[in-house]
Amino acid sequence: MNNVFVICEIDEGKVADVSLELLTKGRTLANELKCKLEAVALGHNIEGIEKELYSYGADVVHVGDDKRLDPYTTLPHTAVITGLFEEEKPQIALLGATTFGRDLGPRVSSALQSGLTADCTSLEIGDHVDKKAGKTYKDLLYQIRPAFGGNIVATIINPDCRPQMATVREGVMKKEIYDKNYKGKLNKLDVDKYIKPEDLVVKVIERHMEKSKVNIKNASIIVSGGYGMGSKENFDMLFELADVIGAEVGASRAAVDAGFASHDRQVGQTGVTVRPKLYIACGISGQIQHVAGMEDSSMIIAVNNDPNAPINKIADYVITGDVAEIIPKMIKYYKQNTK
Amino acid sequence: MGLNIIVLAKQVPDTRNVGKDAMKADGTVNRAALPAIFNPEDLNALEQALRLKDKYKGTTVTILTMGPGRAADIIREGLYRGADKGYLLTDRAFAGSDTLATSYAISRALLKLDKVDLIIAGRQAIDGDTAQVGPQVAEKLGMPQITYAEEVISADKGKIVVKRRLERGVETVESPLPAVITVNSSAPPCRPRNAKLLMKYKHAKTITESQNASEDYLDLTADRPFLNIPEMSVNDIDADPKWLGLSGSPTKVKQIENIVFQAKESKQLTADDKDINELMKELISNHTIG
Repeated sequence: MNNVFVICEIDEGKVADVSLELLTKGRTLANELKCKLEAVALGHNIEGIEKELYSYGADVVHVGDDKRLDPYTTLPHTAVITGLFEEEKPQIALLGATTFGRDLGPRVSSALQSGLTADCTSLEIGDHVDKKAGKTYKDLLYQIRPAFGGNIVATIINPDCRPQMATVREGVMKKEIYDKNYKGKLNKLDVDKYIKPEDLVVKVIERHMEKSKVNIKNASIIVSGGYGMGSKENFDMLFELADVIGAEVGASRAAVDAGFASHDRQVGQTGVTVRPKLYIACGISGQIQHVAGMEDSSMIIAVNNDPNAPINKIADYVITGDVAEIIPKMIKYYKQNTK
Repeated sequence: MGLNIIVLAKQVPDTRNVGKDAMKADGTVNRAALPAIFNPEDLNALEQALRLKDKYKGTTVTILTMGPGRAADIIREGLYRGADKGYLLTDRAFAGSDTLATSYAISRALLKLDKVDLIIAGRQAIDGDTAQVGPQVAEKLGMPQITYAEEVISADKGKIVVKRRLERGVETVESPLPAVITVNSSAPPCRPRNAKLLMKYKHAKTITESQNASEDYLDLTADRPFLNIPEMSVNDIDADPKWLGLSGSPTKVKQIENIVFQAKESKQLTADDKDINELMKELISNHTIG
């Protein structure tokens, strides 16, 4: 009872990376709170899935294995999780901020009348004093997230409602095996107990999933462009540079909104969080929403015509000038020096 | 036999264009410096509704927005683009609402409207980026939800078929009506204002706005009832005050911090050939690239 829960996303029988990242974080939180870490895995034909979850530190794994739980639809998943949570009364429940977690999380939080904080970038345990009510709350989950388009960072708490729910984007937390021989307890769920016929009204009639072609999360070099690239044509120069130096192409939200790059290349709070060894930011001013997703890069080069662009403050190298002039020069001198 | 569609829309500060004057000297956000706009994905939602109106005769599109009095602007914007009607849900009691309290208020208001077949909202609003209100409204009303919608393929005979855009592909789902769907920015953009509708609804006002207008205006609305934008307050929606505003919000803001970058010691370069050449040499020799 009152443990830390991670609702795992199961994709074609495999646990999503973001869920493993959350288990790693959940393990730390559970240790600090001196409680157990529990995982929920719902799907079909997922026998044995608990083993991987144990190795990430799960003390208990609740498995619901039923054909009504695959492919994912909102209502049966909500029914199982809500029912389980009413019995187990978790103090914290975490989900990935993917289309899965952002569809399921709010539905569950509404059903349980508990608070949910979206897209947290940091989770910590701390106390809270409500001076007006004269009440002290011990060991709350601080849910820290950028807000207002990323211009401020807010710490959100849920003093009175449980579970304290939060979603976190993929790549924000670090994934680390806790102990590859760690052995938890398996709890097979009797899903009939939770799912009602009316939960099955939505049907998936067609599904086309493809392996993502873009893999900026694991790229060691990223060449990224912002609205300051000026045009789609200019943006396309970044692909050329990336091709030459062996990099992936990223983009800021503004560049994606302007149609310069596809959504799966977006770096930042509403995109992917990256930690490459080199990040070249071209025509990116450096709004927090972007910086939050790349500031842990080992080396940052900023290319910008504004000498006062905020991104320059976190850059190791600042090249001030016209991107359309600088990028071809980078290509040229890279080629010349590697001959 | 048309559909009765409600579009949930929000007026938001344009956080995408935060300029230098958007931060006050004390480091807080100067909301007044940010233009208030129709939340972008709510416009994608409106377009989906208008397409259904074009497709299914007799369909009506009604905008419901919750916010302060000035949020009537986005109802007018919706009318100019083809919506039939709009309601402004406004009350001081809603102040401080988190997503759950907001969803509760909106769901109570929806129960007061004529039989609703379909509720369409944007996936998320740019001031919070939470994507929670759509699913929470659906849960409160006990309706199925379809999030991340890109296209409503059909909506008739009590059924809706929707194409969803997910991280790695697309999915087509079918749900009975009534249902709630939330629409992505990857859906088609909203059609522009229509000149005739702009003329027709230019003087559309809420009760509060018309009370502040001249007497001539009251004469004008007497024979043009479509110019009236109805307001709804707590008293109109049978809401339990304990689930509204701050008291109805499980989440509280403990602290707000403005972002201050830790300035690094950075090397300054120019666009000169010499500088770029040196940089590339250095990156190659220390094995950062190559």
